[in-house]
Amino acid sequence: MNHQTATTITDNWEAVRAACLEVLPAHIIAFIENNRDMEHSEGQLIAALHMVQAHFGYLAQDTMHAVAQLAQIPLAKVTGVATFYHYFRLQPRGKHMISVCLGTACYVKGADKVAQRLMDELGIHFGETTRDGLFSLDSTRCLGTCGLAPVAMVDNQVYGPLTPTDVSVILAKYVKKEKGTAE
Amino acid sequence: MSSPVTDFFDSLRDRVHSAMAEHRKAGKITVQIGSATCEHAAGSLDVLDEFTKHIQSSGSDAIEIHKTGCTGRCSKEPIVGIFVPGQAPVKYERVNRELVHEIFTKHIQKGCPLPEHALDGSLDRQNLGAGQGAKSSVSQKFTEMYGDVSFFTAQNRIAMRNSGVLDPESLEEYIALDGFKALATVLGKNDPQWVINEVLKARLRGRGGGGFLTGKKWELATQNEEKTRYIICNGDEGDPGAFMDRGMLESDPFSVLEGMIIGGYAIGAGKGFWYIRAEYPLAIKRIQNAIDLCTKAGLLGKNIMGSGWDFEMEIRLGAGAFVCGEETALIRSIEGERGQPKVRPPFPTTRGLWGKPTCINNVETFANITAIVNHGGEWFASVGTEESGGTKVFALAGKVKHTGLVEVPLGTPLKDVVFGIGGGVQDDKALKAIQTGGPAGGFIPAAMDNLAVDFGPLSKVGSIMGSGGMIVLSEEDCIVDISKFYLSFTQEESCGKCTPCREGTTRMLEILERITSGAAVLEDLDKLERLGKLCQQTALCGLGRAAPNPVLSSLKHFRDEYVEHIQDKTCRAKKCVAMIHFEINAEACIGCTACVRNCPVNCIAGQRKEAHVIDQSRCVKCGQCFDFCRFNAVERK
Ligand SMILES: Cc1cc2nc3c(=O)[nH]c(=O)nc-3n(C[C@H](O)[C@H](O)[C@H](O)COP(=O)(O)O)c2cc1C
Ligand code: SF4
Ligand code: SF4
Ligand code: SF4
Ligand code: FES
Ligand code: FES
Repeated sequence: MNHQTATTITDNWEAVRAACLEVLPAHIIAFIENNRDMEHSEGQLIAALHMVQAHFGYLAQDTMHAVAQLAQIPLAKVTGVATFYHYFRLQPRGKHMISVCLGTACYVKGADKVAQRLMDELGIHFGETTRDGLFSLDSTRCLGTCGLAPVAMVDNQVYGPLTPTDVSVILAKYVKKEKGTAE
Repeated sequence: MSSPVTDFFDSLRDRVHSAMAEHRKAGKITVQIGSATCEHAAGSLDVLDEFTKHIQSSGSDAIEIHKTGCTGRCSKEPIVGIFVPGQAPVKYERVNRELVHEIFTKHIQKGCPLPEHALDGSLDRQNLGAGQGAKSSVSQKFTEMYGDVSFFTAQNRIAMRNSGVLDPESLEEYIALDGFKALATVLGKNDPQWVINEVLKARLRGRGGGGFLTGKKWELATQNEEKTRYIICNGDEGDPGAFMDRGMLESDPFSVLEGMIIGGYAIGAGKGFWYIRAEYPLAIKRIQNAIDLCTKAGLLGKNIMGSGWDFEMEIRLGAGAFVCGEETALIRSIEGERGQPKVRPPFPTTRGLWGKPTCINNVETFANITAIVNHGGEWFASVGTEESGGTKVFALAGKVKHTGLVEVPLGTPLKDVVFGIGGGVQDDKALKAIQTGGPAGGFIPAAMDNLAVDFGPLSKVGSIMGSGGMIVLSEEDCIVDISKFYLSFTQEESCGKCTPCREGTTRMLEILERITSGAAVLEDLDKLERLGKLCQQTALCGLGRAAPNPVLSSLKHFRDEYVEHIQDKTCRAKKCVAMIHFEINAEACIGCTACVRNCPVNCIAGQRKEAHVIDQSRCVKCGQCFDFCRFNAVERK
């Protein structure tokens, strides 16, 4: 599929591209188009999916479809890659992303209890989002801060060492912040 | 002897040196603050903010902030260093906003340091320890800064010589510490085979786990007709309890980068790829910054250092699949595919990325290269053992007093690491085992703690060196539970391509679950062993072949604990919830109600100041009451 100029990819290319423009932001379109004619461009698929997830928080069906169209990679392959790697999420995420580390160092220091408390307090399991859309919960393997085990990350902030009680305090902080901004 | 390369390097270094000398003349007080993910997590950003405010409001222009990487003294972060010109540096531990104020007003402004907050009590011992432990000139700067801290003097820092010393975002600082001298030497010699020979002499074995001789790997790649070749840095760090590579990528990105350029030159590659896990955003940012700065300075790209040699680099992100640390899976991931391994041979050095000869090396492997070039392969070999040269960085974690990154010569006895540097087991409990190699490794029972850390000795007892995870387990950890933990990791991460691994790990996990829930029979142990051996022998890639290691090694050294779980339905570590229950000892309970307030299912009854009782029928055995009772009244039976 490489080494073709954009206009000759398909005879309805203008329409295909316009449809993709509705779904994807300009910088991702530019990234895919700049790479499309390069050698080994298929290798940039994962990078493109990372950009989509960074922008939307997850990989929706229509965004994956647009990536496939624009990069001229079969949708089956895009979906195959997206589902293989744990980092990619196929469901929308809540406003705050909580990842509990279940790596070895955290596990031996009681991460399972921290995780249990989070599930109890939020009323959700790993991979789910609270009904108010405020929190999503996930588990992760080693955030690279084992020295502070057990740890959890809320958005980009790492908290540790944690006890189950700290969990309630931290959650309350985020809830309060939300209420503050809502009023 | 003048050549384009030496001219280039000399002028680069002169510019840096004169800028630095100018800066030193200003004679400012320096506040050094660690800034890596781990330190940020510990609160170093607050500390940075507080110092900035103090400096601003004092109006002084004689104090400056120096951001460095991380030393790896995890349990004492955030660490702050105060450097007053003409005085020995003072380091403080666990600094927070309040302590910043004290340090600022007392130490910086009045010249009175605070020994009670000094890192590991270093101020008290300053006269004794200072300057000791300078293992080699490689780590001279590190020793100048941290030579009075016992956690570090017992180590030998080669790969981590610059971590916590320099600003990981400054090319100038790196050059001032002999940065790119090794590359200038290599390009000046104009002889790739010379590099390979030095690395062979160094007996450097790959630090990613396999332990393959790096010089050998490089040589194999050069013995190929195909001239398009690639070099890849494996920064996927998949072991779920390890963080050495993150440490080096974040704290000393230029050293890893320079080592990789040299590797690229040695094998005749035109392009290098970094494969870094997406979970390490700061490492990715710092490597990208290093690539950009080096490209601008003529150290990467076309005609590097005027040598006529071209080499470029690109970062590719992992996406959370452990199997992608395996070489063939990593290559497929860079190619944009699902990261499923392929049958080897052909090895990547023959047919790798896009079918071209490819060398994949670990972050730490590259971090050692410049030291080998600058100080000679023989010197490097002399640091380690007969079988392997140099040091190894371990991520020491688990039930150990001092957690952190520890770099010791290969051949060092395990107990020197765990007790000497790590300070022994947390809360002075008894040591049960040391786990090395993560999910691909095994357990070394406490009685064998004299074992030398080296590839051979570790695999002889059924563990592996691995990439550097070292987890200390105490009598409070259940060996069956931890084995199950590792297996559930590999089972989840199995890519599913081959049956022995996909089915084998699942069936083994089921057996372990039966054991910990009290539903197993003794024959299950034989089944477990048979399945494990089968998986070791027949799985396609390293993930499946190593997956049974934790189980098999624990069966070898701790079989009685398995038998206890099965026959007596007891867990001596009191971890396996199916085998324990919680009771309140009426004599010890003072009725403080802490347990009541923390029980998630409200199954504890009792009046204030009177003995409490647990309703066993409703208790979910979460252990909260046990953790919260400050009077040891809750008992696990
Ligand atoms: C399942 C699996 C995971 C691996 N994960 C890593 C890793 O995270 N980092 C790494 O450097 N090597 C990892 N390796 C080892 C690499 O495949 C490879 O041997 C290594 O990167 C080679 O570099 P070295 O010779 O410098 O050690 C892994 C191997 C397997 C089988
Ligand atoms: S051993 Fe496991 S991870 Fe490796 S190829 Fe087979 S199924 Fe995949
Ligand atoms: S173990 Fe948990 S559920 Fe049971 S009594 Fe204690 S706090 Fe309550
Ligand atoms: S926390 Fe301990 S002392 Fe307090 S009421 Fe509960 S069992 Fe009794
Ligand atoms: S195991 Fe949790 S941060 Fe490493
Ligand atoms: S504090 Fe930096 S590695 Fe632990």
